[in-house]
Amino acid sequence: MSILKSIQLIRPTMKTTWVAHSGLTRAFTSTPFTKKSASAIPAALKLKSGQIFQGTSFGAETSAFGEAVFTTSLVGYPESMTDPSYTGQLLVFTQPLIGNYGVPGETKDEFGLYKYFESEGIQVRGIIVNDYAAQYSHWTAIESLGKWCKRYNVPAISGVDTRAITHRLRDQGSTLAQLAIGDDALKNDISKLHFPNPNDENLVARVSTKVPLHYNPKGDVKIAVVDCGVKQNILRCLVNKGASVTVLPFDFDFNHISDQFDGLFISNGPGSPTTCTETVKNLRTALDSFDKPIFGICMGNLLLGMAAGMDVYKLPFGNRGHNQPALHVDTKKCYITSQNHGYALDDKVMPKGWRRMFVNANDGSNEGIRHETKPIFSVQFHPEAKGGPRDTEYLFEDFLGHVRSDKLKRSGFQAILEDQPATVSAFS
Amino acid sequence: MYSRIHSKINPRLTTTVLHSSIQSFSRLSTLRPAVRATPKKSVPIGIVRFFSSSSISRSSRDGAAVQVSEEILGEVPLLDVQNVLVVGSGGLSIGQAGEFDYSGSQAIKALRESGVKTILVNPNIATIQTSHSLADSVYFLPVTPEYLIHILERERPDGILLTFGGQTALNCGIQLDRMGVLDRLNIKVLGTPIKTLVTSEDRDLFVKALNEIGIPAAQSTAVESVDEALSAADEIGYPVIVRSAFSLGGLGSGFASNGDELRSLATKSLALTPQLLVEKSMKGWKEVEYEVVRDASNNCITVCNMENFDPLGIHTGESIVVAPSQTLSDEEYHMLRTAAIKIIRHLGVVGECNVQYALNPHSLEYKVIEVNARLSPSKATGYPLAFIAAKIALGHTLPSLQNSVTKTTTACFEPSIDYVVTKIPRWDLAKFQYVDRHIGSSMKSVGEVMAIGRTFEESLQKAIRQVDPSWQGFHGLSEPFNDVDDILTDPTDRRLFAIGQVMLSPDKAVREKYSVDHLHCLTKIDKWFLHKLKNIADVYHQLSDSRGVLSKVPIDLLKKAKKTGFSDIQMAKLLGTNELALRQVRKENNITPFVKRIDTLAAEFPAHTNYLYTSYNASEDDVAFDDKGIMVLGSGVYRIGSSVEFDWCGVSCIRGLRNLGEKTVMVNYNPETVSTDFDECDRLYFEELSFERVMDIAEKESAKGVVVSVGGQLPQNIALRLHDNNINVLGTSPKMIDAAEDRFQFSKILDKIGVDQPTWKELSSVEEAFKFADSVGYPVLVRPSYVLSGAAMNVAYTPQALKENLTMAADVSPLHPVVITKFIQGAKEIDIDAVAHNGKVLVHAVSEHVEDAGVHSGDATLILPSLDIDTQTMDRLKTIADKVAKAFEITGPFNMQIIKQDYNSTPNSNEQEPPALKVIECNMRASRSFPFVSKVLGINFIDIATKALVGKQVPSPVDLMKKTYDYQAIKVPQFSWTRLQGADPFLGVEMASTGEVACFGKDKYEAFWASIQSVQNFHIPPRNSGVLIGGDYVTNIDDYLHIAYTFYNELGHSMFVPTKEDKLILEKANIPCIVLPVAEQTENKRELNRIFKDNDIKCIVHLAKVRAPDQFDKGYICRRAAVDFGIPLLNDSKVARLFVDSCVRHRIDDVVEIPSEVKSWGEFVETKI
Repeated sequence: MSILKSIQLIRPTMKTTWVAHSGLTRAFTSTPFTKKSASAIPAALKLKSGQIFQGTSFGAETSAFGEAVFTTSLVGYPESMTDPSYTGQLLVFTQPLIGNYGVPGETKDEFGLYKYFESEGIQVRGIIVNDYAAQYSHWTAIESLGKWCKRYNVPAISGVDTRAITHRLRDQGSTLAQLAIGDDALKNDISKLHFPNPNDENLVARVSTKVPLHYNPKGDVKIAVVDCGVKQNILRCLVNKGASVTVLPFDFDFNHISDQFDGLFISNGPGSPTTCTETVKNLRTALDSFDKPIFGICMGNLLLGMAAGMDVYKLPFGNRGHNQPALHVDTKKCYITSQNHGYALDDKVMPKGWRRMFVNANDGSNEGIRHETKPIFSVQFHPEAKGGPRDTEYLFEDFLGHVRSDKLKRSGFQAILEDQPATVSAFS
Repeated sequence: MYSRIHSKINPRLTTTVLHSSIQSFSRLSTLRPAVRATPKKSVPIGIVRFFSSSSISRSSRDGAAVQVSEEILGEVPLLDVQNVLVVGSGGLSIGQAGEFDYSGSQAIKALRESGVKTILVNPNIATIQTSHSLADSVYFLPVTPEYLIHILERERPDGILLTFGGQTALNCGIQLDRMGVLDRLNIKVLGTPIKTLVTSEDRDLFVKALNEIGIPAAQSTAVESVDEALSAADEIGYPVIVRSAFSLGGLGSGFASNGDELRSLATKSLALTPQLLVEKSMKGWKEVEYEVVRDASNNCITVCNMENFDPLGIHTGESIVVAPSQTLSDEEYHMLRTAAIKIIRHLGVVGECNVQYALNPHSLEYKVIEVNARLSPSKATGYPLAFIAAKIALGHTLPSLQNSVTKTTTACFEPSIDYVVTKIPRWDLAKFQYVDRHIGSSMKSVGEVMAIGRTFEESLQKAIRQVDPSWQGFHGLSEPFNDVDDILTDPTDRRLFAIGQVMLSPDKAVREKYSVDHLHCLTKIDKWFLHKLKNIADVYHQLSDSRGVLSKVPIDLLKKAKKTGFSDIQMAKLLGTNELALRQVRKENNITPFVKRIDTLAAEFPAHTNYLYTSYNASEDDVAFDDKGIMVLGSGVYRIGSSVEFDWCGVSCIRGLRNLGEKTVMVNYNPETVSTDFDECDRLYFEELSFERVMDIAEKESAKGVVVSVGGQLPQNIALRLHDNNINVLGTSPKMIDAAEDRFQFSKILDKIGVDQPTWKELSSVEEAFKFADSVGYPVLVRPSYVLSGAAMNVAYTPQALKENLTMAADVSPLHPVVITKFIQGAKEIDIDAVAHNGKVLVHAVSEHVEDAGVHSGDATLILPSLDIDTQTMDRLKTIADKVAKAFEITGPFNMQIIKQDYNSTPNSNEQEPPALKVIECNMRASRSFPFVSKVLGINFIDIATKALVGKQVPSPVDLMKKTYDYQAIKVPQFSWTRLQGADPFLGVEMASTGEVACFGKDKYEAFWASIQSVQNFHIPPRNSGVLIGGDYVTNIDDYLHIAYTFYNELGHSMFVPTKEDKLILEKANIPCIVLPVAEQTENKRELNRIFKDNDIKCIVHLAKVRAPDQFDKGYICRRAAVDFGIPLLNDSKVARLFVDSCVRHRIDDVVEIPSEVKSWGEFVETKI
């Protein structure tokens, strides 16, 4: 099959591609500054709901619109900002001191994956911080956060009360906003602004690969990754554990090539899952027609759930941070997880043959589902971390364990199968 | 561990939850009933409501965590215990400070809430945990295996909790286990099992355990002799670090960069500990800590991580620490977090522990330095670590517990911090003679502060001011260091000021020379921190440049300065104006701080507690100000002279106010206190106690009144200014407080009301002082105003000493006059603690000092009630208290020290004359003995004072000294000499103790017997062991001979003396003794140690009254040797006398039955407070 032969180690530039091709980009961008002055450039975060927070700019001299969301993570701003799931969003950091350790270089590991970033370039439309560290200090850093933002034409504001902003977002739910820089920042009339909703767009289509990509071709098992905006570390977690990975466009019908892979993985991704009707359709077919192991993360959890017949709803402000407790329903163990999602599966009534796998111990929202008999499961959180805790990374091993035993079973090695882990282990 | 857990239903817990309303439910920390035997219907609606559709709303979210817990976790098996012995930590000392009061208090609260009866043993009488409102039963007895066995035999609890009493409790627990006591009495160890404690404490076992799971630990070689240490170091390569196993805060640890240094260090350390560990030094690496919690079901969280400002090489207790870490990337943060969880699981900790790492600043290489399987609590996050750890010890799991800050979310989460916390240690090294000011791998600090801000600059500058109110923020010292490079490279307690000196230098060349890069080279402090300091320096210079007309200073600069953490007074000084003028301009321009809440999850969920701080890096307040409550000013940092006693006073006051129906606002910034527990008051401001900040808060809160008399000296110092700025200071008028603080005014008033005092003189020149001293005769006492714990106070026996003292005193407080007093030798000192209302005394307590006058009251051994003061004198003392209360129109607490000079010690008096009573000091505030007198007499003096302050339910006066008591209690000081390398263990008018303990007995001998054994590391010398005794020319010869005679004749010890002079004295009294060449061996500590060992010296008594003139003084060498070699030291003749007399009565060679002093507090004192 041709797609498995087209080995391509470098992922196409997602962010730059969509910015250049987007008709909306023009509308998002105000007149750029031409003259530079030593004094601070004014910046303001304007919420559609009416509040304005004045600060100073430390990123690109361009304004941007997006959905304002907050993350409570303490570390990992380069990871978050390059996470394709944040596409279309203006990211508020509740951690007040940002930029401390600068930004590392675009180094790649032995698999051709970015070592320090989750995709090529910055995915968020803008960042909002309380106190920006103009002077950074770290052995991996090659530039400051501000300089990096400027290179990717991403605006950034500092000196605003991020706790006050978070209160607004918490109380009124996720909010459309403008990060205004320069002259835009000085205009106070919000009513005249048109706030485009990034969730109306098919953001997944923007960030998903256009062509199949291959990593670690020598792996013992072949995993097809449905790319809704997959993070580099997800791929690394798979290839690191010996798998060979093919990244497919989100709307690619993998059912046609199901004989060419041993397991299916559905990735994370930005925006609303309702835009991925094609993927859901493909998954539905897959659930009916083949019984190879399937694993999904974040958007992958939503899409798998939808394919199984579940509904999704938008959370009031989403769960974003590195401290979310996910309770494993069967073992009653609670894990601290990294999260970044605005939608959740309604698991009040589970479809026949499906069970809840994880539940958020704080708000009770769904954190994962599994099939009762088949090795099919998905989680809402990010076991691959980057940024965030690595407590659930064992799920990748579980998945690949299923894939391997499944492959063995097909090959008829029943005896070896006995030694393979049959269920999800409690601890790695 | 798990096998000990029974799945038995805990009926109390279940019923509480089921029948509670939503409101009372929310007070419980458990999210759900321990057992799910209940039909869902009985759970109140609102808690069970569970959203799952798009109609989700905020209100429905509140019950989600409860529902999840109930539905998924089901039955959580709890430990079957009804009575638990909680082991406290004893007297406060360096390395084991106040944090164990608050963690122990939280643990007792947690057990109590679960319906478990608690028996607490802790001789630290000043603590809040030793209160009947917390523990069901309290024993003021030594925390030693011997006494614990007696208590266990008597009480027969079914559980013991060891992890809330610091190293002392852990060590006792390990010993009890080894002795088989716990097994024999069938007592369960709650929380972390003994095996884990042993592993984490024994370095060898610990490294082995980490190696098993592939975690790199700092490599170490265990050695038991100096030679072994040297050969180990040769193998590892210098520089090496030396540590001792089983130590407190790095005791006996240090660095050695060559064989000579190692020889000297190992010799000293091996005197303190049987085993030493030699390790490779990783000086310059980052030091990072994680606080990890694990439950018995293996759920793990890290509550917080911290990064040291000072790189590895400086003990974490001596470092400036920030939380969360600031220079770690996600990769580093989570690498260490993952390792921490792996470690805690492997070791099997049940509860909390702390993992310390060294992290290479140029790679991902790291090593575990230490794991402390005890609670080193952190107020940084608001996560109630101790409370949760205690619940876990009972068998609760993390997800089944509630986050008590939000009351809606689970305890199984990791706090997200949206502020930055800076901790700075407080040293009191200036108080000690000959002490080495360098900081390093062993702890010397006596306390710490924690400051919260939304920029590092803001948080750091707050913290600097909190450590010492005379510091205005980041700056240099008034007397610049000449050896600034030395201090930068080889840090002392004042390194931050050395950085300030060069960064803030008016000389541009200096500033350019000491660039961030250069400073990094010298200090190895991460450049990120240095850049932040540079930010402060930049604003500093901008302010200096704007000096001139205040109205012309750019508003933006004022704003920026406040955001960078500058205080008004600091800015005013730089701008050439005064604090009040600056405050005025600031307020006119709306530059005021905002109030933010600490909520454990960065505002993600609504919080229900009012744990607050202020910040200029904000644009709105988190809270509304409708309470109009009463502010209580706390005591600030623990330091020598102000410690947990004042925290007890503050907390008692708040509790009293709440009982009277008042809303309360607590202001304090000491993370080791109970007063900074957010459930103790209606509003907690974790803030500075400066005039500026107290004004800010009082104005924001529209406070009804401010209490300045329960937090020690710090709040008193700003009382008058608050009063002058229209703040309602409750109780005694600040004008009167001021009059009492000013010795000149105070003496004048005493003269007027006919209360005697030692002859005094206000000093205006040195010549006058000499003249005065000549007229009254030496010795004289030099006392400046506004002092605490005797800073700059000294007895001068000669004109030369007087001259030195005067310069010292003038340095301390030039704004206030210095008074010189006739020093009365051989007199008794008496403490009166009292409470008055509108000038009338309501209650008073008279405590007698064991030591003669001249020993600081904070270092004195106190007896209460005194049976040696006759009724007539008692009445006269009461009259003095009445007169003073009336003259100063006192409302609230006050304290006086009075000298009692018996007629026979005054040569010219006739036989009939009653003793002279002279007032030497009076404070219009609670003193450090308030908890002692309250607990001994069974009446909470602060509670009465609080009633007096607000004028509600004021009780009728009662003379407690007229009552008869069938017990006596004795309070003895706890010193930390071992920590203070080189310091002279000498008692004088300068306070030196870091804590205190107190015990009860049927008489003073029994009380002292228990008290002295409560002192850390004081071991009663066994029969036939050697005692070394010495004195000087001022030593009271009667005492000297009585002590030596008793030791020799009645207690059966062999006697040794340090000098021939001493030998002559003893031989004259027919006490045979041997001279030990102590002074000759001053350079050879090992030989000295051998001499002591060979002669089986188990007690050193040195009774010198005059301070050692230099480090070659024989007395100094004796005293210091006692400390360095871990031999009990008695350095006061009256105390030593009481000691031998107590030994005669109580030392029994074979203890067969429970001694009579083993009685609970409730058995001694009827009224329970």
